[in-house]
Amino acid sequence: MKILVAVKRVIDYNVQIRVKEDGTGVVTDNVKMSTNPPDDNAIEEAVKIKEAGKATEVVAVTVGEEKAQETVRKALAVGADRGIHVKVDGILEPLAVSKILQKIVDKEKPDLVFMGKQAIDDDCNQTGQMLSALLNWPQATFASKIDVKDNKLEVTREIDEGLETIEINVPAIVTCDLRLNEPRYASLPNIMKAKKKPIEEIAASDLGVDVSPRLEQLKVEEPPKRKAGIKVANVAELVQKLKNEAKVI
Amino acid sequence: MAVLLIAEHNNKELRPFTLNAATAASQIDSDVHAVIIGQNSADAAKQLSELPVVKKVLSVEGAHYENFTAENFAPVIIKLAESYSHIICSANTFGKNLMPRIAAHLDTSQVSDIIKVISPDTFLRPIYAGNAFATIKSNDAKKCVTIRPTSFDPCESTGGSAPIEKVDSSEEFSNTKFIKREEIKSDRPELGTARIVVSGGRGMQSGDNFKLITEIADKLGAAIGASRAAVDAGYISNDHQVGQTGKVVVPDLYIAVGISGAIQHLAGMKESKVIVAINKDGEAPIFSVADYGLEADLFEALPQFMEELNKLNTIQK
Repeated sequence: MKILVAVKRVIDYNVQIRVKEDGTGVVTDNVKMSTNPPDDNAIEEAVKIKEAGKATEVVAVTVGEEKAQETVRKALAVGADRGIHVKVDGILEPLAVSKILQKIVDKEKPDLVFMGKQAIDDDCNQTGQMLSALLNWPQATFASKIDVKDNKLEVTREIDEGLETIEINVPAIVTCDLRLNEPRYASLPNIMKAKKKPIEEIAASDLGVDVSPRLEQLKVEEPPKRKAGIKVANVAELVQKLKNEAKVI
Repeated sequence: MAVLLIAEHNNKELRPFTLNAATAASQIDSDVHAVIIGQNSADAAKQLSELPVVKKVLSVEGAHYENFTAENFAPVIIKLAESYSHIICSANTFGKNLMPRIAAHLDTSQVSDIIKVISPDTFLRPIYAGNAFATIKSNDAKKCVTIRPTSFDPCESTGGSAPIEKVDSSEEFSNTKFIKREEIKSDRPELGTARIVVSGGRGMQSGDNFKLITEIADKLGAAIGASRAAVDAGYISNDHQVGQTGKVVVPDLYIAVGISGAIQHLAGMKESKVIVAINKDGEAPIFSVADYGLEADLFEALPQFMEELNKLNTIQK
């Protein structure tokens, strides 16, 4: 079984983002970038499945500018076998990314495609579902547990009401929740070894996909600020304030 | 052209956020049609027809719709989409799972999780865990939009009498099989719609200690929330998680106990009307969004809180 894992480069989850003064977006210059957190879970799961002898190859793919390749290199350092970097500049919508990934799937013919359930920058939560639509494959979104059986996966999904378990036939798409596993850290020797693993570079323009945006981002602004609150001295004062000042209990 | 609302339900009744999505749909166009796909869902379809903002109900029945599988739902909507300018659904796990599958088929760039309708083609949505708001204009002919339910008031639930029209079902998608759903049943209000939410974080230190929260929640008629750290640590089940990748809540009162206030948690609760933070670390970021902060050891503060509540003659429910 071959697993393709899609990873995205985003502003690190610990960074407090700043909105640009001209309202065109958020500041990304000199800001720490990392792999989108649930994409790390997707890589980890694929590598674990390979280590358990149930997959033969793990291929990491990213779509984006020059520096996006760092995320593929990181995936190689934690166990992916080889990488693919589809190079394209500018803002990409999930629909465009899923069309590019469809082309990569056509070429690589994986049995499974894993990725994070949501990117923490645009918070769209679309790409996995769109890719499965384009391929007409089953989708297991928000996965917190994956059991690989013969040509089938049993997946536990996190839903608003609790947990749901489904069985999907391969080929299939799985989008991963943060609770799926605990991503490992890359060891120094593995980081060195990863430098020798191959990354194929493909220009998005060679794939024959229209990636032009359909959405116009008219403005990006700061959300309204909350006005500063107060510290109370003790529980009695807190309850009195909630009762008589805020009138919420 | 009318807009098409996808109803969320459990085959017996509508799920509450369908009413919030109906409000959003009616702000885009007054001609709102609603589709309900399920099995033996006639009662829920009738409820839908009673929403005054809904002008027509399309009902699709089939055994393969019993468990709301996106692979089965999407073809039905795609067929109907021809007659509509917008497809609307809540941005909860139901809508997040389903809508992109529809959008990709229609070759439409979806607009996710909107918090405001500015015009029929322009919407406001949070990005970066709500640390920025983006105004987005869609240039697609057909628009697929998911709405953040807590940002729209529920519509009136009675008084309407829209006609219910049967629509043919689509073929079953055979590569996805539903096995089971483990719903956590509770007599408490639902987290997404509760007036008061009491949440615990890593500071609770164990699942057992959550009973301190449970007691207070029961006294206040509140729902119970949790930070991702508390869910990851196994103190409480995932359906309680509030945050960027969990639920977004906007109660009148949110009480955060032993929660430091990571960016991703604040994303799920900082629009609450009144926020209380109880934390022994006076520097915790949660205090920056709290209206009332109490710097204290929660294991002392919570029993005292319960005691003080017991002293009150009346508590609003």
